Amino acid sequence: MASTLAGLPLLILLLVSVIASAQVSQAARKWLPLAADGIHDPKNPSLRLLQEPAESLSRLPADTAGNQVHWLQALEGGAINPRTNILPGTQVMVIDLDIYLNMKGGTPIVRFPHRAHTLWLDCSNCHQHLFVSKAGANKLSMNAMLNGEQCGVCHGAVAFPLTECNRCHNTPRNKPLPAGALRGL
Amino acid sequence: MSNGLIKRAALLGALGLALLAAPSVAEYGDVVLNKVSEKNGVRPVVFPHWFHRVRFRCKVCHSELAFKMRAGANVVTMADITNGKFCGMCHNNQIAWGADKCDLCHSGKPGLKSGIYGGHQTSGPGRW
Ligand code: HEC
Ligand code: HEC
Ligand code: HEC
Ligand code: HEC
Ligand code: HEC
Ligand code: HEC
Repeated sequence: MASTLAGLPLLILLLVSVIASAQVSQAARKWLPLAADGIHDPKNPSLRLLQEPAESLSRLPADTAGNQVHWLQALEGGAINPRTNILPGTQVMVIDLDIYLNMKGGTPIVRFPHRAHTLWLDCSNCHQHLFVSKAGANKLSMNAMLNGEQCGVCHGAVAFPLTECNRCHNTPRNKPLPAGALRGL
Repeated sequence: MSNGLIKRAALLGALGLALLAAPSVAEYGDVVLNKVSEKNGVRPVVFPHWFHRVRFRCKVCHSELAFKMRAGANVVTMADITNGKFCGMCHNNQIAWGADKCDLCHSGKPGLKSGIYGGHQTSGPGRW
């Protein structure tokens, strides 16, 4: 009962953010100029040598949150081709393995895609310090994420933010999962 | 859905916007490094994730170059950089322009604390 109650504000937030993101997508994308972004020193004579975010990001596939760039589409569609390594001996690994998380909750199931992550990240960025590599071995919590832990280490800092509930809560609970689907807790 | 409910949902939506989309400062993912800079008479350093991730995947810096994924967790000095460590792995006049271009890195407003900027960031015990 207590945990159902604790989930309630989050459920409301889910609703709210769906409405909010619908509103944002109507507006044109805008980026603050560096000189007015609050962290660059406008008195720096070299400031004009730096690239303005708008110049680079406006050319990439649109999103409504974070950098307002859909980074995964940018990568998979070939709009960008960031280097995978700079040291010649590095082994670059990409795996295609989905794991379904949040199997017991009230909000939609979370399909965690290894492919989307390993295109960008190395296994060691998550395993074993953030997540043990065994389906069902990790007790995850939305609150911990909101505190910048677990998925929230990246989502909320550099990868799309936690306000994008349905990007993670992406799988309806009332339909059967693919045969042989790996399930977490 | 009744009219009242829609109004209430819209209100909640507005509230959510105010809470979630906090006034945007900096670009999402910008990191300020100011552990030693200002103490030594130079501006804080601004590291833009958006700019670098167009060119490099996360694994280059956070696995190959072993930058810890926690703002403020890496103790970087200018000597390290000129010796080819941290930013100096690339800012060496080979992969990118060199360490002589002080103002391109030391571009932050005086007084900024080390940390991640750009809104949306979560806060709490995990951060400290
Ligand atoms: C993996 C390689 C790599 C690492 C590590 C790296 N950079 Fe860069 N950086 C680049 C490249 C490549 C450019 C683009 C150079 C060019 O345009 O000629 C760049 C450009 C920049 C720019 C200019 C952006 C603009 O608007 O033009 C800044 C500022 C910067 N880096 C700061 C840093 C700082 C601070 C660090 C360390 C905390 C760092 N970089 C680490 C590769 C790297
Ligand atoms: C980065 C991915 C991610 C994002 C974004 C995200 N969640 Fe979650 N959420 C998860 C995962 C993983 C769990 C499973 C944790 C567990 O097992 O309790 C979870 C669990 C939950 C739970 C508790 C279990 C349940 O279903 O009742 C709630 C409530 C919840 N999320 C709501 C939200 C809301 C609201 C948002 C948007 C504001 C959101 N989440 C955004 C990944 C995410
Ligand atoms: C962004 C974080 C992240 C990255 C990067 C990542 N993983 Fe995982 N991995 C997870 C999560 C989350 C789970 C699910 C754990 C659970 O269910 O509790 C998982 C589970 C696994 C499992 C368990 C599958 C099973 O059958 O039980 C394996 C194996 C695995 N990962 C291998 C890898 C390998 C190999 C790489 C690198 C190529 C990698 N992972 C990169 C987060 C990550
Ligand atoms: C180490 C960093 C990191 C961690 C930890 C992490 N992610 Fe991600 N995630 C990323 C990056 C980077 C992307 C690419 C998109 C972007 O940058 O916005 C991404 C993308 C995604 C996507 C989008 C896939 C798509 O098709 O659009 C989902 C879903 C997702 N993450 C869920 C999760 C969940 C659930 C967890 C926790 C179990 C998690 N992530 C943990 C970095 C991370
Ligand atoms: C590639 C980016 C980059 C360039 C270029 C650069 N710095 Fe730094 N510098 C840093 C970083 C990162 C730190 C550590 C930031 C912190 O935590 O305060 C630093 C620290 C410093 C410090 C603090 C004390 C010390 O020795 O570490 C001084 C002083 C300094 N830089 C001066 C300079 C001068 C002078 C130049 C030009 C000749 C320069 N920097 C060019 C990134 C750069
Ligand atoms: C060019 C190098 C570089 C690349 C590429 C890069 N990062 Fe970082 N990252 C850094 C630096 C430098 C810091 C700041 C470290 C510090 O302050 O000690 C950082 C910090 C972080 C943090 C900590 C933020 C916090 O709130 O504490 C996260 C999370 C992160 N990066 C995720 C990513 C993800 C996800 C990607 C790929 C989409 C990525 N980084 C790509 C250099 C890089």
